[in-house]
Amino acid sequence: MSSSRPGFRHPDLAPNEAGYTIKDYEGGASTLCAGCGHDSISRAIVQAFFESNVPPHQVAKISGIGCSSKTPAYFLGKSHGFNSVHGRMPSIATGANMANKDLVYLGVSGDGDTASIGAGQFIHVIRRNLNMIYIIMNNGCYGLTKGQDSATADKGSISRKGAPNLLESIDLCEIAIQMGASFVARGFSGDKQQLIPLIKAAIRHKGTAVIDVISPCVTFNNTPQSTKSYQWVREHSEATGTFDFIPLQQEIVASYNPGEIAAITLHDGSIIHLHKTAEDFDITNRRKSLDALEEAREKHHILTGAIYVKPDGQDTHDLLSISDRKLNSLDKEDLCPGNSVLQDINDQYR
Amino acid sequence: MNRIESTNDFVIRFANVNGSGSASANNLFAKAIFRLGIPVSPKNIFPSNIQGLATWYEVRVNDYGYLGRRGGVDFVVAVNNKTLWQDYDGLLPGGYFLYDSTKPLPDSFNRKDVITIGIPLTELCNKEFENPRLRQLLTNIIYVGALSSLFEMEFSILQESIEKQFKAKPKLAEPNIKALQLGFNYAEEHYKDVCGIRVRPSTKAHGQIMMDGNSATALGALYGGATVVGWYPITPSTSVIESFSKFATKYRKDVDGKIKAAIIQAEDELAAIGIVIGASWNGARAFTATSGPGLSLMNEFLGLAYFAEIPVVLVDVQRSGPSTGMPTRTQQSDMLSAAYASHGDTKNVLLIPCNPQECFQMTADAFDLADRLQTPIIVMSDLDLGMNDNMCPPLRWDDSREYDRGKVLTADQLEKLADKWGRYLDVDGDGICYRTYPGTHPTEGAYFTRGTSHDEYSAYTENSIVYEKNMHRLLLKWKTASKLLPGPRERNRDPDSKVGAIFYGTSSHSAYEALADLNKSGLPINSLRIRAFPFQADVEDFIDRHNLIFVIEQNRDGQMRTLLINELGTCTEKLVPIGNIDGMPITARYIKQEIKKVFQSRGILKTQAVKGGKK
Ligand SMILES: Cc1ncc(C[n+]2csc(CCOP(=O)(O)OP(=O)(O)O)c2C)c(N)n1
Ligand code: SF4
Ligand SMILES: [Mg+2]
Repeated sequence: MSSSRPGFRHPDLAPNEAGYTIKDYEGGASTLCAGCGHDSISRAIVQAFFESNVPPHQVAKISGIGCSSKTPAYFLGKSHGFNSVHGRMPSIATGANMANKDLVYLGVSGDGDTASIGAGQFIHVIRRNLNMIYIIMNNGCYGLTKGQDSATADKGSISRKGAPNLLESIDLCEIAIQMGASFVARGFSGDKQQLIPLIKAAIRHKGTAVIDVISPCVTFNNTPQSTKSYQWVREHSEATGTFDFIPLQQEIVASYNPGEIAAITLHDGSIIHLHKTAEDFDITNRRKSLDALEEAREKHHILTGAIYVKPDGQDTHDLLSISDRKLNSLDKEDLCPGNSVLQDINDQYR
Repeated sequence: MNRIESTNDFVIRFANVNGSGSASANNLFAKAIFRLGIPVSPKNIFPSNIQGLATWYEVRVNDYGYLGRRGGVDFVVAVNNKTLWQDYDGLLPGGYFLYDSTKPLPDSFNRKDVITIGIPLTELCNKEFENPRLRQLLTNIIYVGALSSLFEMEFSILQESIEKQFKAKPKLAEPNIKALQLGFNYAEEHYKDVCGIRVRPSTKAHGQIMMDGNSATALGALYGGATVVGWYPITPSTSVIESFSKFATKYRKDVDGKIKAAIIQAEDELAAIGIVIGASWNGARAFTATSGPGLSLMNEFLGLAYFAEIPVVLVDVQRSGPSTGMPTRTQQSDMLSAAYASHGDTKNVLLIPCNPQECFQMTADAFDLADRLQTPIIVMSDLDLGMNDNMCPPLRWDDSREYDRGKVLTADQLEKLADKWGRYLDVDGDGICYRTYPGTHPTEGAYFTRGTSHDEYSAYTENSIVYEKNMHRLLLKWKTASKLLPGPRERNRDPDSKVGAIFYGTSSHSAYEALADLNKSGLPINSLRIRAFPFQADVEDFIDRHNLIFVIEQNRDGQMRTLLINELGTCTEKLVPIGNIDGMPITARYIKQEIKKVFQSRGILKTQAVKGGKK
C-alpha cells in the first residue's frame, strides 16, 4: 500500500468562481494500491467539484464499506464524511438529505456494496429519487476482502483467482433505469475527460444521479481475461456521445498516461470500438436507453457516457410534500404544538 | 350455586370473530364504563390475521384502580361459534355466559355452576334491520344494550357515547341507538335480576384519559421535535408511525401546506434505522419504531451509532416470538437483545414506560437524551401498552421546556475555540465530546465519521492504545448516562421486610395488585419499578437491602434478572424469576400464585390452596 497521490498536480492554484482552489477539494493521502482505479475516480471527483464551484463544506460525502467506500477520505477533506456500513450508504444519505435538503450529497459505493449486500437500498433510493450523486466504483470484485467475484463480474470473466465467473452479471445502469432513476451514466476510471463532465452533470441534476464507473482493481481483477480490466475496458468501450448540459462537452478523447498498466490510446477504430451512438439515440427515452445497453451487451461492448436522463423529475422532498425549510434548522417554535393543544388532544381520549 | 356478585370489580370477556366489527361495540362498552368514572382496562387479544379468526376483548373493571389483568373471567359474551366451548369452559364458577340464542346451545353445555343468558341477537337484529352490512355490526351493539340492563348501567351513557362517536354522521347514530335499546329491552324483560354484577358511577377515573401507548409515543415524538422518521411496518409498532403521521399532518403544517417532517417508509428495518442515523448525523431529530424482528435487523447499524456516537431514538414495541411466532401477542422479551444490541462492546440506553403518560414523557425525553449522550436510546414499550387503551393521567407539556440538543458547536463557537477541536476529544470529563453538523463552517469542524478506527481528532488509526482509551471513554459516558435517566420507583410496604419484588413496564400493574393482596394477607413485599437501563445506584441499593427478590417480567428466561446479575453482580440465588410467556398480559393471580409457591417451598408460608382459576 502506498500513497498514489502524485507530488505535483497543480501548477497554478487559481481559485474557482466560489473562491476555492483545487487544494480545498482534496483529501487525505490514499492508502489504496498504486494504480487502483478508485484513486482516479477520486481525482475526477476533486476536479468536478472544483470546476462546479461547489463550496466544499456544502457537500456531504457518504459511503458504505470496501476499498471504494474508503475513498471519501481521499477527496473533499473540508466536507463532512461518513463511512457507514456495508451496503447501506443509501439509507444514511436518505436520512441526511431529509435533515438538510440544501447540501450536495455524494454517495460512494462499490459493486459489492451496491449490487449484492446493498442491492435493496440501491434500488429503493432510486425509487425515492433522492437528490444525490451515487457513484459506484465498479471493479467486478470485492477488493477489500481480497478479490472474490462480485455480482457485476461478467459471466466468463476471469479474475486473478483463475476460475471463470459462472453467474450472470448485474448491469447496474439497466437496473437503475428500470427503477426509475432520473440520471444514469457509465464512466471508466481511465477516462477522466469523460468522467469529469459526467460528475459535473450529476452534481447539477436534481434527483438520484447514478454513475457506474468501471474501476479496475489492479491487485485482484486486472487480468487480460477480466472484463473489468484496464485493457478490456479500453478495448470494448463504446460511448453514447455527450449531452447538452455538460458544460465541458467535447469530443471524447481518452488520454492515457503511458506509465500506467496498458499503454493503449483510445480512438483506435479497429480495436476499440469507440464511436458515437447512432443518430436516433435519445437519452431521455427510457426504452431506447435500455435497448442501447442490451445491444452493447450483446456485442460485448461497454456502453459509456450519459445513458439516460430525465431532467425535471420530483425528488423525495417534492414527492412527500416536505417543508422547504431545512428540517434540521427547525426549533421548538416550529415543531412543538404546546401544552394547550395537548390538553385538547387529551379531551379526545376521554 | 353461588353466583358471582360484585360492584365495579369484575372481568368480562367478549369472544368475537376477527373483522366482524366487534371492536367498536366492545370499545363502546369499555368507554362507557370509563365515562362512568370507573377505572377500566380493556385488552384486545387478536390473531395475526385480517378476517375470520377468533379474537377476544377482555375488560377489567376495577374501582380500586388496578389496571393489570386479574386472571379469570366472570362474564363472557360468546358470539364466536368456533370458540363457544372454550369460552364456556373457561368461565369461573358462578360466572355468566351470554350467547346468541337464535340457535340453541348444544346439550353438552350443561355446567351447573354458571348462569346462562341467551339473547337472540341475530333474530332481533334481522327483524329490525334490513341492510345486511349494518346487521353484523348492530348485532354486536345489541349485546352491549343487554349488558347495560344486566349490570344496571346507566343507559344514557351508552347513548351519549354513540352520539359522540357519530357526531359527524348523526344518521348512523340512529340505528345504533335502536340496537342498544333492543338489547336492553330484551334483557330487562327476560333476565331481570339474573346477574349479580353491578356497574355504579364512580369518581376514581375522573380526570384520567384512556389512550393507546402508541399514540402517546407518537405524541412524545411530535412534542420532542422529531422531524425525520424511517420505518417499516410491523405489528405492534405500526400505529406509532401512523399516529405520528396523523399528528404531523395536523400540527406540523407549514405556511405553504407542506409538512415539517419527513416520514419515509423504508424498504426494510436496516434502511429505516439508516435513515434515522443519517438524519441525526446531519442534525435533525429522528426516530424509528419497530418490534423484535426489526430490532434484530437493526443490530449492525445500532453498533455503528453507538461507536460513531450518533443520536438514535428507537421505539421497540415488543411482541412475542419470531416473525412466525405469535406476532400479535405481548411479551417483554427484547430486553437483552435491546440492551446489548449489536456486535462488539456495545450497551444501549433503555427507557421503560408502563403507561401512555410515560410513553409520551419518555419518548420526548429520549430525543434530549439521544442528543445529549450521542448514542441510541431505545424506548421499550410492548404490544399490551402500545395497542390497548390504557387509563392514565392526562399528558402534560411544560411550555418553558427547551430542547436539549447536546454538545453541538456552531460556526461561531468553532471560530472562538481556544484549542484544536477534536470530535472524539473528551474536554468535559463526562465522556461526551462535541460534534458538528455538516455544512456548519467553510473551513472548521468538518470530520470523517467512522466506527472506532479514529483518534480523538477523528483521524484514521488502528492504534490499540487509542482504541482502548476510546472504549473506556465510552464507559465513562455510560456512567454519565445513568445520572440522566429516570430513576426507579420504590414502594416500601414494610421497612423491615427482607423480601422485595422488581418489575418494569406493563408487568407493573398486575404486580402492584398482587403485592397489595399479599400485603393484606400479612406478607409485605417491598417493590421497585425499574424505568431505565443502565441501572442507577438506587437499584443496587434496593437489591442490597433485601434477601429475597422476585423479578417479575414477561419472558421465559428472566431477561431483566440476567441484566441485573450481569451489570450489578448480584448473587443469582437472591433473584427469583417470575416469568409469564403465554403471550397474554401477565395477571395478578399468576404472580400471587408464583410468589406463594416460593414462600411455601422455603417454609415462609403454610401450604394454602389458591382459589380463582389459573391465570
Ligand atoms: C456486514 C458485512 N459483511 C461483510 C463485510 C466484509 N466486506 C468488507 S468490504 C467487502 C466487499 C467490498 O466490495 P466492493 O463494495 O466491491 O468494494 P471494493 O473493495 O471492491 O472497492 C466485504 C464483503 C463487511 N464489512 N460487513
Ligand atoms: S485491492 Fe483492488 S480495489 Fe482495493 S485498493 Fe487494491 S486495487 Fe483498489
Ligand atoms: Mg468492488
